[in-house]
Amino acid sequence: MAKSETPLLDELEKGPWPSFVKDIKQAAEKKPMARDLLGQLELSYKEKIGHWKHGGIVGVKGYGGGVIGRYSDRPDLFPGVEHFHTLRVNHPTGWFYTTKALRALCDVWDKHGSGLTNMHGSTGDIILLGTKTENLQPCFDDLSDAGFDLGGSGSALRTPSACVGPGRCEWACIDSLDICYNLTMEFQDQIHRPMFPYKFKIKVSACANDCVAAIARADFSIIGTWMGKIQIDAQEVKAYAASGLNIREEVTDLCPTKCMNWDEGKKELKIEDGDCTRCMHCINLMPKALRQGKEKGASILVGGKAPILQGALLSTLIVPFMKLEPPYKELKELIRKIQDWWDENGKSRERLGELINRVGMRTFLKAVGLKPIPQMVKSPRTNPYIFFWPEEIKKEVK
Amino acid sequence: MAKTDIGPPNYKNFLPPVIQKNYGKWKHHEILKPGLLKHVAESGDELYTVRVGSGRLLSTDHIREICEIADKYCDGYLRFTSRHNVEFLLTDKNRVDALIAELKSKNYPVGGTGHSITNIVHTQGWVHCHTPATDASGPVKAVMDELYDYFVTMKLPAHVRIALACCLNMCGAVHCSDIAILGIHRTVPKPDHSRVPNVCEIPTTIASCPTGAIRPDPKTKSVVINEEKCMYCGNCYTVCPALPLADAENDGISIWVGGKVSNARSAPMFSKLVIPYLPNNPPRWPETVAAVKNIVEIYAKQGRKHERMGEWIDRVGWERFFRLTGIEFTDKHIDDFTLAPNTFRTTTQFKWG
Repeated sequence: MAKSETPLLDELEKGPWPSFVKDIKQAAEKKPMARDLLGQLELSYKEKIGHWKHGGIVGVKGYGGGVIGRYSDRPDLFPGVEHFHTLRVNHPTGWFYTTKALRALCDVWDKHGSGLTNMHGSTGDIILLGTKTENLQPCFDDLSDAGFDLGGSGSALRTPSACVGPGRCEWACIDSLDICYNLTMEFQDQIHRPMFPYKFKIKVSACANDCVAAIARADFSIIGTWMGKIQIDAQEVKAYAASGLNIREEVTDLCPTKCMNWDEGKKELKIEDGDCTRCMHCINLMPKALRQGKEKGASILVGGKAPILQGALLSTLIVPFMKLEPPYKELKELIRKIQDWWDENGKSRERLGELINRVGMRTFLKAVGLKPIPQMVKSPRTNPYIFFWPEEIKKEVK
Repeated sequence: MAKTDIGPPNYKNFLPPVIQKNYGKWKHHEILKPGLLKHVAESGDELYTVRVGSGRLLSTDHIREICEIADKYCDGYLRFTSRHNVEFLLTDKNRVDALIAELKSKNYPVGGTGHSITNIVHTQGWVHCHTPATDASGPVKAVMDELYDYFVTMKLPAHVRIALACCLNMCGAVHCSDIAILGIHRTVPKPDHSRVPNVCEIPTTIASCPTGAIRPDPKTKSVVINEEKCMYCGNCYTVCPALPLADAENDGISIWVGGKVSNARSAPMFSKLVIPYLPNNPPRWPETVAAVKNIVEIYAKQGRKHERMGEWIDRVGWERFFRLTGIEFTDKHIDDFTLAPNTFRTTTQFKWG
């Protein structure tokens, strides 16, 4: 038997979890590109270092983004990956597919690329992993014919993403799928033609469980919530108690606001809704018995990001409640106002949250026309270094 | 020429009929067993979801195999989750067991629901990235092989979300995970003086440094990097390709713990540093696998029901976390970036460990 050329990677074919090495080998049976990817990866495993050169600008006609240029630094050894560019393809909202559409995508990629994908990339796009420069335009043309378009990259609006929402979840306070799709269509130009100081992410989660991590990762986070009383089905509460759920220990004692009272004797649950912060814990535990209040909408938070450059930030609340119904006029106006201000004032590679920190929240709020309210802060400031606007100070009378 | 700006396919065309009919009218759901969800609509219709893990890096042949299964059991409909799992959507309860049996026979891990460790969100690593400090798919595979049992069962106190990013850029935004595996560089970029003047714009490169560690060098028309100020973020390399910072012997992995994204009970939290450095040790990263497993197992024993890892640590204190896990506490754990004092103890209230 011939000695394996990839003894290190072969080790990762063992074990119960699905092996990416098997997938690369599967593609390598047909595609020299995938074979050379495997070879270069083995070299990285041996030398403990990456072998991709820095960037390179490649793309398709009419677009400034959507393709990530990638070149091997060892084309002498691995000519198949001398160019190995990636296409980011805008996923169908909620990552729903028909097998027909998925196969069409596979056909395009078998024809033009390495036969390797990521389902999906971190931002949500379908990642078509690796092809040559001359294949990019024909690949895009075929993708477009199959009904797919590219996603965002660089200093652009990145492909918006959404949780499964009303598609399958009873906790959806907003139509996360429709909002995401609608915004994606509205802002096509911003996705395909980078024009901002840096990246801008929009994510839509239909409830506070935040299944697409909007609060941690999006410059503009839309998170479903409600007003009014949590609806209690007293019979179903009793059924949960009878089924062995310890309502005191698992539900009411873990309520962060202590707004719930469980009467063990009467098997009765009461909620002081004015104290509730709509965290979802009780509803998560008793979905049959508890339903959200009837008036539904979204909280808007801004400025979330990973550490590069000034440190990680969570999104911060700027609008406690906004009704969201098509065509989402108020929402789109707010997004445009915020982007315009950021575009005007942001330095190169400065995310929205960093700009807000640099110039102050009060400047941001004034620019986008939002009134300061206590919901925006955990507490008022504790330092006495207060700035006042010039018009708030009495001028010397001569 | 092909049409541009057509946007993604309209998701409405990809929803199975049961979802189209009951869109926005779901009543409740339950997890029947690991990997199997049942959603009930107000109409009484039922939807069964079978969730399986994937390696994220999929060949088109593999996707075609998934399509065949979805054709056979789900009338050609399926979805992916935000954590790279595949979900098969069925309306016929009687076909669920056969589907699960077929998936298992083809070695798809069925699980990732409820109080489990679901799939690891991760980045490209050595497979496709130009700034990685470690590989992504390899460590993920090695860790999930070891934690496999926690994917196919639901025996943990709460969800455990693990994520991996291969450098501080964090394409995977791992900074709010129960356990984050983060590639780190530890040495300063090495300017290639022959290339810097030609391929880089010097003022932009200098401005890209968050700590002001880069100075122009008039003699070489290149730049000099102050080793004491550099924190190895790699931002300068992104704007100037002639400042590579990969270092085979010194790059490696750091481990962060106790973050969360959900607002349930406690507010979303950042993950905190627990292990500043583990070596890159391909192909199976044994040090990283052991470190993650140790943390998961201590949490599995100590955490109370529904308590996320960060909530458990908030309750017992970091001093106890370090004692229980046996992880050494060092000067690296004490913050020295912009908001450091916020993390210092300003009370006499502490635990002995």
